[in-house]
Amino acid sequence: MAQAAAPTRLEPTTAAQAAALLRDARAVRIRGGATKLAWGRPVAADAELSTARLDGLVAHHAGDLTAIVQSGLPLARAQAAFAAAGQMLALDPPDGGATVGGVVATGDSGPLRHRYGAPRDLVLGVQVALPDGTVARAGSRVIKNVAGYDLAKLMSGACGTLGLLTELTVRLHPLPRGWRTAVGRGDDPAALAHAAQALAHRPLEAEALDLRWAGGDGAVLARFAGPAADARAAAAARALADDGLAAAVVADDGPLWDAQRAGQRGPLTVRVSATQTQLGALLVAARGEGARLVARAALGLAWLTLPPAAPAAQAAAVGRLRAALAPAPCVVLEAPAAVRAAVDPWGPVDPALLALMRRVKARFDPERRCNPGLFAGGI
Amino acid sequence: MELIAALRAACGAAHVLTDRGRLRTYESDGLLQHAVVPRVAVLPGSAEEVVAVVRACRAHGVPWVARGSGSGLSGGALPVADGVLIVLTRLRRILAVDLANQRITCEPGVTNVAISAAAGPTHFYPPDPSSQIVCSIGGNVAENSGGAHCFKYGFTTNYVTGLEVVLPDGDVVALGGAELDRPGYDLHGVFVGSEGTLGIATRITVRVVPAPESVRTLVAFFASPAQAGQAVSAIVAAGVVPGAIELMDGLSINASEQMAHAGWPRDAGAALLVELDGPAVELEARFADVTRLCEEAGSREVRVARDAAERAVFWRMRKAAFPAMGRVSPHYYVQDSVIPRTRLAEVLERIAALARDYRLQVANVFHAGDGNLHPLVCYDGHAPGEAARAEELAGEIVLTCVRAGGSITGEHGVGVDKKRYMPAMFGEPDLAAFQKLRCAFDPDGHANPGKVMPTPRLCGEVPGPYRRHPLEAAGLAERM
Repeated sequence: MAQAAAPTRLEPTTAAQAAALLRDARAVRIRGGATKLAWGRPVAADAELSTARLDGLVAHHAGDLTAIVQSGLPLARAQAAFAAAGQMLALDPPDGGATVGGVVATGDSGPLRHRYGAPRDLVLGVQVALPDGTVARAGSRVIKNVAGYDLAKLMSGACGTLGLLTELTVRLHPLPRGWRTAVGRGDDPAALAHAAQALAHRPLEAEALDLRWAGGDGAVLARFAGPAADARAAAAARALADDGLAAAVVADDGPLWDAQRAGQRGPLTVRVSATQTQLGALLVAARGEGARLVARAALGLAWLTLPPAAPAAQAAAVGRLRAALAPAPCVVLEAPAAVRAAVDPWGPVDPALLALMRRVKARFDPERRCNPGLFAGGI
Repeated sequence: MELIAALRAACGAAHVLTDRGRLRTYESDGLLQHAVVPRVAVLPGSAEEVVAVVRACRAHGVPWVARGSGSGLSGGALPVADGVLIVLTRLRRILAVDLANQRITCEPGVTNVAISAAAGPTHFYPPDPSSQIVCSIGGNVAENSGGAHCFKYGFTTNYVTGLEVVLPDGDVVALGGAELDRPGYDLHGVFVGSEGTLGIATRITVRVVPAPESVRTLVAFFASPAQAGQAVSAIVAAGVVPGAIELMDGLSINASEQMAHAGWPRDAGAALLVELDGPAVELEARFADVTRLCEEAGSREVRVARDAAERAVFWRMRKAAFPAMGRVSPHYYVQDSVIPRTRLAEVLERIAALARDYRLQVANVFHAGDGNLHPLVCYDGHAPGEAARAEELAGEIVLTCVRAGGSITGEHGVGVDKKRYMPAMFGEPDLAAFQKLRCAFDPDGHANPGKVMPTPRLCGEVPGPYRRHPLEAAGLAERM
């Protein structure tokens, strides 16, 4: 064959085709909307397997609040279709060009995760093309099902290392209306963490509860919707004020939340899986490193974007974060190539867990054809 | 060492049962239609003892079944005749109540209700199966249990963040943790609902949530379940997400009245129990919406619970439905199928037609929000042929639900009871993919054999050893 420089792009139009391509492949890099190709460890592949032509909305069962989509369907297109029926897929990660399959495969999420959960919580069923050339389904098309193993959870967040997601059945929710956000500003990490945690423990049923920090000051943001959003946001603002923050209710709150989403990306962004009681330590770490921080306060998830510096200094900063926030895992989502070469983006994985993960990988993808080397532990 | 001796050495002779009379206590779980006396039952008192038991089983090549409180309804904890039954009821310590992080960590034998009690009154643990007073969290993990509140709050799988698991080879591994999104496969997500076939969870970490500010409960009476079903669709379409929304048909209302004495109209065709919970300022408006939508769907009467006592009576009616049916009918067979909510009317009509064909009564009690039906097929096991007819009818109902786009089980699990229906939902490549997962955890097939999969399968060898990625081989993996 001719030019070996550019990797071959494989664009199946059916799940069966995708499975056949996987069966005959040596090693493929899986590609959706190409928004997160920099995540994980480098992949040694001689072809790209793209979901670009698996981009259909198969069915929208509005009355059942479910939908079936092909994995390559851009999330924005799916949301536009659902919104026409007053519904949404409650996933709002940052990138506009991401596909539903890519968001699920990477387990990515945005502020709505506070109320609605992660992709793992919203995917009811999957169809997946496996490296043995078969197409398997798991889960179901109803919102409640315990028949068979939950391979939807196995595939969610597996970064395409066990097979190619070709179709997903997802649970939808009514589109919230009448947004209001209570914002409490402050420059003391301890006060911000305290106020955020206090809100997390009140039965507010907020749509989102975030924290942010940048350039020496920060804020707690609690977002509400529904018929009583005004009153609920006002009550949250009073609670934030009682905790010593400068509080207000914002009606036109879209830009605030766009900024929170955008804060999950940067030239060097580290995702920290912490717990609520580490919010203060997260803010202190962000201040210490001169980093920008966005966090889901009740969930203990945070994204820190480190300031520009020489690669060695940035790698050292990642090491300091890992030490300061241990045992919370710190995953480097994206970083300059020199930093990625110096730091394992996933961090250490417990050996017993890694051994089990390798056994799972060996059963599903024994020849290591799917995104080889990309995942935690070099899987 | 011989197996029994090894088990005695591991757990103490007092906790190893070999006497047939005592073993019969464990011959069934909540599904009494199946009974098998195990070779031996062992009651370990710690995670370390569970490890020793599993290792002894492995050393002797003996299959085992883990059991919690034995309240499961699919025969998931049915023993195997030549195997070991590992009873986890002595592992009932709550290990950590970390409300500041909204986490509770406990051993598998802790009851579901004990977790909410430990979290209260400020927080609660939402998945609440009807058996919550006796059922264990380990069993909930195995079955991915639901309950009345899962339409709004989700299932066990949405609340388990971490597990310590004894694998079938006796190794111990931590899956997940207190933190979300730890790097690696979501194996705690995979483990939840795996029906005891991947290992034994010895330590379980769950998320608890703030208790709702207020709760309002009503019951609306309708001429038929189909009419009540229309109210459910209207409520959901209006964007209301009730904490619970439960439907009972006339037969169940009458049976429950005999036990719970709520004074509900005996001639009603259906009762819809709706509970809203959440912020008080929002609840009033939502509650008015629900009342109006029920009336618009044709409800003849809406009763609002005036206080906690009346709310408890409403719930007693719902929770009495299964036991009360025992008074109406000598035996009954519970199904657990799920349908898309929009297909409710036609499926109920089909079930009624089937019941007529089979000359049996079918009562319907269900979680209406998520379309999880619990048809109770009533029969008299002493009448010749009736048990077989009931089972056949139950099977027809399951297949009707699958054909409507649903599932064979919403919360009870496949176990032994529904494995024969698995091929109605899953094709050969699907089952083969399930088997890949099972083999990764349990290549010898010793963990709860004969459950879930419709036919026994063996694990082949993994083709070739694990191959290291070139980058690992190049030494980059060394720094990990």
